[in-house]
Amino acid sequence: MVPLYMSFFVGGILCLIGQMIMDFTKPKITPGHILVGYITIGAIISGLGLYQPLVDIAGAGATVPLSGFGHLLAQGAIEAADKRGVLGAFSGGVEATAAGITAAIVFGYVAAVLFNPKS
Amino acid sequence: MNMPQNEGLKNAEKAEYDSMVSQISPKPTYLKNFLWAFVIGGLICMTGQIILNSLIKSGMDLKAAGSMTSVILIFLAALFTGLGLYDELAKKAGAGTIVPITGFANAIVASAMEFKREGYIFGVGARIFTVAGPTLVFGFVISVIIGLIKFLI
Repeated sequence: MVPLYMSFFVGGILCLIGQMIMDFTKPKITPGHILVGYITIGAIISGLGLYQPLVDIAGAGATVPLSGFGHLLAQGAIEAADKRGVLGAFSGGVEATAAGITAAIVFGYVAAVLFNPKS
Repeated sequence: MNMPQNEGLKNAEKAEYDSMVSQISPKPTYLKNFLWAFVIGGLICMTGQIILNSLIKSGMDLKAAGSMTSVILIFLAALFTGLGLYDELAKKAGAGTIVPITGFANAIVASAMEFKREGYIFGVGARIFTVAGPTLVFGFVISVIIGLIKFLI
């Protein structure tokens, strides 16, 4: 099992990189860009086979950041494309991330209905 | 005829304005921001690892436990965003609260909550995708491209 300090350290570094990008490019790169960028770049790095080693070392430190979500998309598409060809390429990414996406939309909707903005 | 002159004046004004702005605006506290992002981001990921470890101990396989961990973190982030606590933390921790998957959930809830007055279907229902939309579009597109490349080579 991955030691906790490794997930803390690698997860922290990935967040630190995001902070540096935002601070040094202010105000061009917004939090929205960070979300999209991490998923896209994570998926590309994963497609090149370079993200899995990070997951092996850091566990949740690599899978909890959104680059890990990109990794899940890429690996889902790759595995499914191997088994089912073009159809797999289209369905694999969403299949692998379905739980997270659905949770975000369902819990997101419920929370937005139940609570009111503070300010 | 006097367009170039105007342009020159505009540029000069702009330079003056920029220097005024940079004098007045507070110096960015890079080091503090970086430390906060690192520590809070690290702690969120470590929390994920603790949840993951306990799910694996309870007998789940790694893949299922990974998905379940995301679901739990997203639930917690939606709840804390609703309570107004996540955004308090985000003010200090910046990317430490944006980069983890909890930041995705936070962005969804925050943007949806603001548009309640437009109704539950086309207010909340649509605004959920202000942030989720671009993320899903790029995520889906890149995953299909990667899948197709894998299929072709």
